[in-house]
Amino acid sequence: MKHKNNREDRSVTGNSDRVFDGVVYALLAVILVLIAYPLLYVVSCSLSDPARILTNDIILFPKGFNVESYVSVIKENRLTGGYVNTIVYTVVGTAINISLTATGAYALSCRKLKGRGVFTKFILFTMLFSGGLIPTYLVVSDLHLLNSMWSIVLPNAVGVTNFIIMKNSFENSIPDELKEAASVEGCSDIGIFLKIVLPLSKPILAVMVIFYSVGHWNEYFNALLYITEKSAQPLQVVLRDILISNELTEMMGNVNQLNSESRLAIAEGMKYSTIVISSLPMILLYPFFQKYFVKGVMVGAVKG
Amino acid sequence: MKQGVKKNKYLSYLKSWQLYLLLLPTLLYFIIFRYVPIFGIQIAFKDYMPALGIVESPWAAPVFKHFTRFFQGYYAKRLIVNTLVLSFGQLILGFPLPVILALLLNEARSQRFKKLAQTVTYAPHFISTVVLVGLLSTLLNTGNGLINHLLLSAGLIEEPIEFLTEAGWFKPLYIISGIWQEMGWGAVVYMAALAGVDQQLYEAAKVDGAGRMKRILYITIPAILPAMITMLILNCGKVMNIGYEKVYLMQNDLNIASSDVISTYVYKVGILNNQYSFSTAVNLFNSVINTALIIIVNKFSKKVSDTSLW
Repeated sequence: MKHKNNREDRSVTGNSDRVFDGVVYALLAVILVLIAYPLLYVVSCSLSDPARILTNDIILFPKGFNVESYVSVIKENRLTGGYVNTIVYTVVGTAINISLTATGAYALSCRKLKGRGVFTKFILFTMLFSGGLIPTYLVVSDLHLLNSMWSIVLPNAVGVTNFIIMKNSFENSIPDELKEAASVEGCSDIGIFLKIVLPLSKPILAVMVIFYSVGHWNEYFNALLYITEKSAQPLQVVLRDILISNELTEMMGNVNQLNSESRLAIAEGMKYSTIVISSLPMILLYPFFQKYFVKGVMVGAVKG
Repeated sequence: MKQGVKKNKYLSYLKSWQLYLLLLPTLLYFIIFRYVPIFGIQIAFKDYMPALGIVESPWAAPVFKHFTRFFQGYYAKRLIVNTLVLSFGQLILGFPLPVILALLLNEARSQRFKKLAQTVTYAPHFISTVVLVGLLSTLLNTGNGLINHLLLSAGLIEEPIEFLTEAGWFKPLYIISGIWQEMGWGAVVYMAALAGVDQQLYEAAKVDGAGRMKRILYITIPAILPAMITMLILNCGKVMNIGYEKVYLMQNDLNIASSDVISTYVYKVGILNNQYSFSTAVNLFNSVINTALIIIVNKFSKKVSDTSLW
């Protein structure tokens, strides 16, 4: 059916329509190039001979293809340490996020729960007004969470926007009759949640997993606030030292056999490969979940 | 009879005890990590001493001491101006572009091109702020940065531009890089809204002789209008809350005159200089304006368009 429409479309395409199409594609092409070029440049530099980066030889494609930059990155202990920390924080953090968001949102989506309006307002209010930096810092510090994984994972355990999306999605996609039927059959509320609601909510759960895990993976500021111990620092803090504060050449200080020129070149190449290695997991994650995305968000965007 | 009803009421609380149990962890989280900090705001009116704690610390004399100190201080004007210029610049330039991108994507007839364009444009959203700023400093530096190299070899400039250290470049770079990163992601919301539009509407309009522009004006734009208003309210709510992470990372001693904003100041005086009460006062001033803004915009949009957040 769709195909037929397209063909009809083309047959009646007039002159002005063709101009219109031309303008649309031209504008889109410009936007695409502007967005894609810096990304492509980074990938190309990361796969090039580091010396060629310093001489500004690379314009689009890799020059003197090699993976030396990647090998040097993998050997960098602080970077791999940060990578491992970030993986742990992301997995544990997302697990906590999803459990709290799903259980709470489900409870508030049930019409039979007395006082759900009050509870919902109680949660929504925090979107409007928050304690701010120092009062939150004092809570984390008073609970003796500083310098532990929990200081990163707990203060943001539930995102209010995500919570609302989840709650709306439960309200819109799970028919009350289904829950009632299960309850007549003798299924408890927790049983209904685990055996009926969760399996039916895979799309929205997938979307939540992306939102939360991207947040954890890219988390920088909380780590800066709460984690001062180097061994516990996540990837983004290490990345800042490498990419912005230019500490790579210092970190490589023990590699004495290199002259300063090639050390500089390697450091430059490592910047690009670091960017690729640190961003790739999240960019790869997205297409995997994409099929759920539109469905999940649409269901959650509408008020229940 | 009456007693029976009452009994039923209690029974229904008891009956859904499992739901309350499911809700409990989430509620505890909000109490501990969101409401206790709100309770802690009182230190803005106190002279906080770590040994005494929040409640026991003495009240400041006069109570608004920290606020007057901020407004009379050297930095207040610069901080407020920078915060407002940066956030309104971001709002005014950053809001329409995702809409335009979504409209363009909706008009592209080749499904393959559309899919490719969407995938490429939202990719930067997944890059972390640290990497984004790292990318800026790598591509824009004066030594061997790509942009200066390209401009120099094209003969457009004779001296490399000091993008990263010249105060005048900070705000344009902040806004442009923000658009680069979030334009495609912002369009996703509108694309989702457009996916629900009945294609027969377009067919009918075509039969009635409506051109492409007319169809965009009367079908596509009304279809995404509610989403646009919601996004606008949400963006207004961020006006005073610009991402301090990115500003802080892009900030250096040379561009501080135009990059110093309220949120980074709160961090610096609070965490780095340990002036807890003063920092909280500045933060509170910021939050109050922020909250007022969301409430006003929401009320306004409720009146004009029926779309609102609550």
